[in-house]
Amino acid sequence: MSFYLTDAEWAAIQLSLQVASLAIAIALPPAVLLGYALARWKFSGHTLVSALVHLPIVLPPVVTGYVLLVLFGRQGMLGSFFEDAFGLVFSFRWTGAALAAGVMAFPLIIRPVKLSFELSGAQLEEAAHSLGTSRFKTFLLITLPLALPGILSGAILGFAKAMGEFGATITFVSNIPGETRTLSLALYTEMQSLSGDAGAIRLTVIAIAVSIVALVFSEVISRRLSRMLGGQHD
Amino acid sequence: MIDVDVSSRVGDFALSARFVMSGGITAIFGRSGAGKSSLIRMITGLSAPDSGRIVFGERVVFDRAVSINVPVQQRGVGMVFQEPRLFPHMNVERNLLYSQWAAGRKSVIGLGEIADLLGIAHLFKRRTHGLSGGEKQRVAIGRALLSNPQLLVLDEPLASLDASRKAEILPYLLKLKTEFGIPMLYVSHSIGEIEQLADTLVLLEAGTVVAHGPIAQMLSDLELPQLASGPDAGSLLFATLNQYDEQWQITEFGLEGQTLRLPGQLGKKGQDARIRIRAKDVALACKAPGETSVRNVISVVIESITETSGPYAEVSCRVGEQYLRARLTRHSVHELQLTAGQLVFALIKSVALDQ
Repeated sequence: MSFYLTDAEWAAIQLSLQVASLAIAIALPPAVLLGYALARWKFSGHTLVSALVHLPIVLPPVVTGYVLLVLFGRQGMLGSFFEDAFGLVFSFRWTGAALAAGVMAFPLIIRPVKLSFELSGAQLEEAAHSLGTSRFKTFLLITLPLALPGILSGAILGFAKAMGEFGATITFVSNIPGETRTLSLALYTEMQSLSGDAGAIRLTVIAIAVSIVALVFSEVISRRLSRMLGGQHD
Repeated sequence: MIDVDVSSRVGDFALSARFVMSGGITAIFGRSGAGKSSLIRMITGLSAPDSGRIVFGERVVFDRAVSINVPVQQRGVGMVFQEPRLFPHMNVERNLLYSQWAAGRKSVIGLGEIADLLGIAHLFKRRTHGLSGGEKQRVAIGRALLSNPQLLVLDEPLASLDASRKAEILPYLLKLKTEFGIPMLYVSHSIGEIEQLADTLVLLEAGTVVAHGPIAQMLSDLELPQLASGPDAGSLLFATLNQYDEQWQITEFGLEGQTLRLPGQLGKKGQDARIRIRAKDVALACKAPGETSVRNVISVVIESITETSGPYAEVSCRVGEQYLRARLTRHSVHELQLTAGQLVFALIKSVALDQ
């Protein structure tokens, strides 16, 4: 058995990194805003929004993928809008894989983000308001920096999840080599072929390594940041 | 001058407050749950009353009738909370100057001046979580002052500190009052702090302002059992330091033309002083006592005698323009045949200097 990755496997890993990066770039800003809203504001439909956000965790991934296909396919409501307005196509493209990965990673990102907003509380914001900074500026100068450990650990967890997303991706954008065949899909493909055991093992090791590194990294970063920010850890 | 007339209802709790404060320190006193914090949140703009009007000097900052509600950022109120609420990701200096670099405020009082006054200049480069509770609260006070406030609101700033830390902060608050003359609203449930600091007192009970007025008058008002009962109840008298007698190490204070003597060197000549005398430490005599070890004997006129249901009677006496309270047994009031308008001598066994 060779320990070296084939070109196709390298391509899958590179694609996974690319997809996961875009997925986080898409998912992080709304996760931060929504996390803040859920942590700080009381509004009607709070429970409903919270449930919707967490839906991808419990929903069968194939269902999420299918919903994405219906909404973001070329005939779908949102899909045709994005194509007409920005020339952006999701179906059977790597951008679609990123969208699927972003949706699946969203609950994992928003959880620590929301938690860190809840922890920092509204008290410091009140103090900042009384010292003259507007709501927006207070968010940028006080709230956001203090939530950074949560945001970063959410982003890292989300990244790991996006790297390995399978069900929603294969349903929504299929398994096209070089376009949508990410790490998990490549692994699945190798499992299907008679001579693919070695490749499957190589990709499995990589998938496990990525996950462990992400988990450790997220833990270390959030601890170090909290200490730096003078948070609860000391 | 600050004119407050607000009412608000949250759930079962109704708050309705009306008072006017001029310069100096106005204390809002009440037990916990009386609505003190709710009231000052409305004054500072952190929350809005259901109805009413709040005016700072000439400026209307809230008026429900014409939909004026100046946001907290523009009210020019410096706030010190019960917890210091320092920004943990900035050092002390960045915290102190926050309103200047982040909100573009310009302070009349300089950073150096405030840091010296509060004794925090050596902490500038420190991170906030390494500071003691007292240091944190001093930084919070400095930060509020540097935002160039028209009014400084302190919401139980000492409540989270232990007794020795409290004693550490109080002198700084007194210095603020004398040095800068910023009007202050001081919320507390400790009558001890209020006696030392306040000029005016607003008494809040179950969401309503029960009484407000000058501190000494309020403290000796027997109609206000919240302030005037209890074992430590007494009177607050304003006196001037006349001289220090070096031989006997006694400081003499002038009180309405009479003299009070306190042991120790207690300040400089001409200095104003607040003197607190507990009602139970005052005895009354119909004739000037002859030889006695009590050093403080002043002549007073009985204003009123209020007999309680228990063994005691509360006697309110006038000393010039001020009031001195004595708590006697009803038995001695009857035996001495004390009546209102009578000239008597007050023997003061113990005196505490607040300031």
